Amino acid sequence: MSEQEIDLKKRRFLTVATGVVGAVGVGFVAWPFLSTWSPSAKAKAAGAPVDVDISKLDYGQLVRVLWRKKPVWIFKRSATSIADLKTLDGELSDPNSSGDSKAQQPDYITANHRAIKAEVAVIVGVCTHLGCSPTYRPEIGAADLGGDAWKGGFYCPCHGSKFDLAGRVYGGAPAPTNLLIPPYRFVNDGLIRIGANPKAHEITPILELNKLS
Amino acid sequence: MDNNKNWIDQRFPLSKVWNEHLAEYYTPRTFNFWYFFGSLAMLVLVMQIVTGIFLTMHFKPDETNAFASVEYIMRDVNWGWLMRYMHSTGASAFFIVIYLHMYRALLYGSYKAPRELIWILGMALYIALMAEAFMGYVLPWGQMSYWGAQVIISLFGSVPFIGTDLLIWILGDYAVGDPALNRFFSLHVIALPLILVVLVFLHIVALHTVGSNNPDGIEIKKNKDKNGIPKDGIPFHPYYSVKDIVGVVVFLMIFSAVVFFSPALNGYFLEQANFVEANPLKTPDHIAPLWYLTPFYSVLRAVPPMFGSQFPGVVVMFSALLILIALPWLDRSKVNSIRYRSWPYKVALGIFVVSFIVLGWLGMQPVTPVYVFLAKFFTIAYFAFFILMPWFSTIGKTKPVPQRLTE
Repeated sequence: MSEQEIDLKKRRFLTVATGVVGAVGVGFVAWPFLSTWSPSAKAKAAGAPVDVDISKLDYGQLVRVLWRKKPVWIFKRSATSIADLKTLDGELSDPNSSGDSKAQQPDYITANHRAIKAEVAVIVGVCTHLGCSPTYRPEIGAADLGGDAWKGGFYCPCHGSKFDLAGRVYGGAPAPTNLLIPPYRFVNDGLIRIGANPKAHEITPILELNKLS
Repeated sequence: MDNNKNWIDQRFPLSKVWNEHLAEYYTPRTFNFWYFFGSLAMLVLVMQIVTGIFLTMHFKPDETNAFASVEYIMRDVNWGWLMRYMHSTGASAFFIVIYLHMYRALLYGSYKAPRELIWILGMALYIALMAEAFMGYVLPWGQMSYWGAQVIISLFGSVPFIGTDLLIWILGDYAVGDPALNRFFSLHVIALPLILVVLVFLHIVALHTVGSNNPDGIEIKKNKDKNGIPKDGIPFHPYYSVKDIVGVVVFLMIFSAVVFFSPALNGYFLEQANFVEANPLKTPDHIAPLWYLTPFYSVLRAVPPMFGSQFPGVVVMFSALLILIALPWLDRSKVNSIRYRSWPYKVALGIFVVSFIVLGWLGMQPVTPVYVFLAKFFTIAYFAFFILMPWFSTIGKTKPVPQRLTE
């Protein structure tokens, strides 16, 4: 036995083989640890739709509700505000939500005012830049937000992004895209369900409604 | 006594370690004011660990209880307010001490060969410390905790392709909430302190392998007496252990003044908005990270979105931090210390320090067009210091370097 020559090649092969098998083993063991960080079953289950009563909501009034732990704004826009939206197109990054912001709204919402009913806006109040919740600034002509050009909208205090009353981002703001529109449907005229898509028979009329406007 | 010592020495190298690292560890005799901050950083680390252990005994890492448990510590736990204010003041003190410690390295070229590894380990410590401080600030679950976490974690969401999944994985949920708070607590009290302690150990081992630099930036090991002891060296203990105690006393006087008289320090050490419980529905009117992170936050804000993404800004921000690691290789100067450097380097260092401070100030201000312009200007100045260093560190006339330590 002692006279036998040491086979370095074989020894090297065994070292490498052991190392590789060991690394694969470490990988397998690491997976459960890394996976504990993913949302738990409880966190996943907490994403149920939320019902909001809007029957008493007045023009210009805004309510905030939590949906999937994110603030959702529901506010009523007057006819003037809706008309003003069109005049802003030139100042916005993506007024028709057809470019970078395409994925920021459900496909059944196509109009510039970005809503199922033009009067009632439903928007996730999380800035697309770094996640702050912008401040509601409905007053027209606010001096600190550009004076007469300001037709009401939202201002993010963290990094200065501006959005109009349809959640569309102004050009030159740090936010890259328009605000997110969640899936929602009208259960009846005074009740909105956030987190649920309209039923199929409701979607066709929406599309037609949007075409008109 | 000697018998006990022998008994231990036969089983553990106690005397050997004592001599090699303290009693017979020879350090340059000309350490000045700038050399207080290494030992002070260790003091603050110990203080943070001790106060942290006691805070952990009363804190509840839970979305609904965290804020109330901090109030409970402040009002009902005996001396709880002292534990918390020592810990919160300690966090800022840590960064003050570390920034001065790093500035010392810039002044005297302490990062240059053969001390590159000490510098790299120090940078790793600095980055780990930033993560530790950020996660600690989330724990009280005030408005600034919540929205600060929201902004910083969103940075990861901007990574192309995997961003959203990465974000959800980090948060353990679809928004900042209980799982994030709970895991930040775990990282803040176990993982990162362990990493910090190990890195400090390695930092010191690397330092003691090559020996300390000095204000003249020359090697004292080149001039040894017949016993092999550097002629310009004195044993660390008792000379510098005693000197450091003076630094500790002065530091503790200032530290105590803040803890007892102004623990929030006008919103610089504890921001006003953080005395309000986290509210996911409303961002405070003005949010900013604590002062020690604001230079990098300014850099982030200075970069506009490109290609429909804020990822470029995130990349630039992390580059501003990571480029420091390359310093030992960017500096091509033949001399180490500012005392003998040429004037272009002195000017550049001055511009760099001003840029860093102005960026830090801007990071606390609201966004206005003028401030955004200034942030862009000083971000460029910040990077210019590093990018142009291989050039300006070699031009101009350096002063002759002495053979022995001066003063």
